[in-house]
Amino acid sequence: MKRRTLLASAAMGLALAAAPAFAQDKPKIGFVYVGPVNDGGWSQHHHESAMKMKEHFGDQIELIEQESVPEGADAERVLTQMALSGADLIFTTSFGYMDPTINVAAKFPDVKFEHATGYKTADNVSAYSARFYEGRAVTGYLAGAMTKSNKIGYIGSFPIPEVIRGINSSFLHAKKANPDVEMSVVWLSTWFDPAKEADATQALLDQGVDVVLAHTDSTAPLSVLEKAGGYGFGQAADMYDYAPEPRLSSIIDDWAPYYIDRVQAIVDGTWESHNVWQGIGDGMVGIGEITGPVPEDVKATAEQMKADIAAGDYHPFTGPINKQDGSAWLAEGEVAEDGVLAGMDFYVEGLTGEIPN
Amino acid sequence: MDPVLLVASIMVSATPILLAAIGEMVVEKAGVLNLGVEGMMITGAVIGFAAAVGTGSPVLGFAAAALGAAVLSLTFGFLTQYLLSNQVATGLGLTLVGLGLSALVGAGFEGVRAPGPGKLWIPGLAEIPVIGPMFFRHDFMVYVSLLLVAGVWAFLKFTRAGLILRAVGEDHESAHALGYKVVRVRMAAIFFGGACAGLGGAYVSLVRVPQWTEGMTAGAGWIALAIVVFASWRPFGVLIGAYLFGGVTVLQLNLQAAGANVPVELLSMSPYLITILVLVVISARGVHGAPGSLGRSFHASA
Repeated sequence: MKRRTLLASAAMGLALAAAPAFAQDKPKIGFVYVGPVNDGGWSQHHHESAMKMKEHFGDQIELIEQESVPEGADAERVLTQMALSGADLIFTTSFGYMDPTINVAAKFPDVKFEHATGYKTADNVSAYSARFYEGRAVTGYLAGAMTKSNKIGYIGSFPIPEVIRGINSSFLHAKKANPDVEMSVVWLSTWFDPAKEADATQALLDQGVDVVLAHTDSTAPLSVLEKAGGYGFGQAADMYDYAPEPRLSSIIDDWAPYYIDRVQAIVDGTWESHNVWQGIGDGMVGIGEITGPVPEDVKATAEQMKADIAAGDYHPFTGPINKQDGSAWLAEGEVAEDGVLAGMDFYVEGLTGEIPN
Repeated sequence: MDPVLLVASIMVSATPILLAAIGEMVVEKAGVLNLGVEGMMITGAVIGFAAAVGTGSPVLGFAAAALGAAVLSLTFGFLTQYLLSNQVATGLGLTLVGLGLSALVGAGFEGVRAPGPGKLWIPGLAEIPVIGPMFFRHDFMVYVSLLLVAGVWAFLKFTRAGLILRAVGEDHESAHALGYKVVRVRMAAIFFGGACAGLGGAYVSLVRVPQWTEGMTAGAGWIALAIVVFASWRPFGVLIGAYLFGGVTVLQLNLQAAGANVPVELLSMSPYLITILVLVVISARGVHGAPGSLGRSFHASA
């Protein structure tokens, strides 16, 4: 035991001594992913964005990656190891890494951290997230315009604000296209379970739904829609394999511009902690090509909506909007505050069902 | 909610776990506890998918899935029956190997379309209103799974070979003393269990979803293991258990989709609650139904 402690502290001392020397030569950038880098969705897109960033900088920087790191104690171990091996900037790309990141960051004040989709920051920890609800406005509009049965479905993963924002935004804009539209929400309590996602899609179709939006990670819903009929959308990835039908469009996560920007700050020595929430305008949220039998006017409106959101002329949550119970939330012309959106735990008027706890 | 559509989708949703569970039941009846069902299922899913894509025939896909998963299960058999390794640890290892192997084999198949089996239209029966669309318009694997249950029941109950298999599972020392080849019987049972799990996995990737995605069985193998216990090692109990588990999943999703205000958590929990209840009842009765030599290694000189 004693010898091991000694070895460990010796290694730590060596690494600490060596770290600044390397850092001066070549910034070392670390990435930690929650899933495998070929999951087809979330982790794959972080990884691909990291690769684009690496391509941009070439030999100027060194890239280290660690995939399939469970959230929790293991994450702290991995982060500590990365920090010890001389990383200058570490991106932790899942919500559950928030506390481990903060803990490890406190031990390594000279190492910078960037945590995705969380809300805690420190002097050497930034938070960054994407306004996916902006993309959901566009896909929701398309769903409302393309339903013939006036029934659309939404497959939700966990009842967290991120997902609830997407549901509300989709529904509000589906209603813009079709005032008679109804939306059924099915909760799965998982991010990834293709069989369950397929069953949920089938259940929605059995109820007369003909357009399905999903906030889970696999392509199973599109696969079922292709076989059984109906329309859907790519989620996190473009899922262009399913174009032109049943896939009508998609919401794509694109982290590359942000990664390039932040690594540049490290190279220049201008990095500072911040908390950002970027949307379509900054390029963090992308809308995939609109395909399938979408009429020209609907397509034009959807693209106009995307352009207006990107330019900052239109906010997807602009009043008048009531809450589900009929009480007023936003007055005519009023725009939702980020604080309320970040903690959104209610449905808007017109949605049925309850949000599970 | 349309009960006809509901029953039809319950049958589809229950078939993969029914196939895996009936195979595992035979393995356990022979006295072997193979916890690698999940790994064999996912291996079957990817091999079945790849074979169906390669040959264009879903039937060959299912055949390849059964064979592939059965061969994989033989590694478990070799380790536990000849090298006498611990069955629990080896089974868990088999699951890990299956998950990794399938990810490797399946790397090129994401986003690819496979030919699925068409729906059968059973003449005469399929035209009956209500009953027809519920039970008689499915793909052939649904009926294969039901026939398997009946076949396993008849095999265990009425045949000499079935009696020997049960004897090996109940008391391997006595079976050995009577001159039966304990290890050979067990290897055959393990092979059969692997083939069934492979069919179940292929049903997920070729019919239920239908596509290949890494880790797509997502715990179905563990549910199959629970169903065997739930059924107290009886074939028709396995059938009821699989349809109950599949049914609750589909019912829960349909209730949500129909906008019924039901506590989702309670419904998803209910099959597990019932399993615990069944366990309590059978242990209170004192007859648990588990084969006597379940999970114990056998060595002829012992």
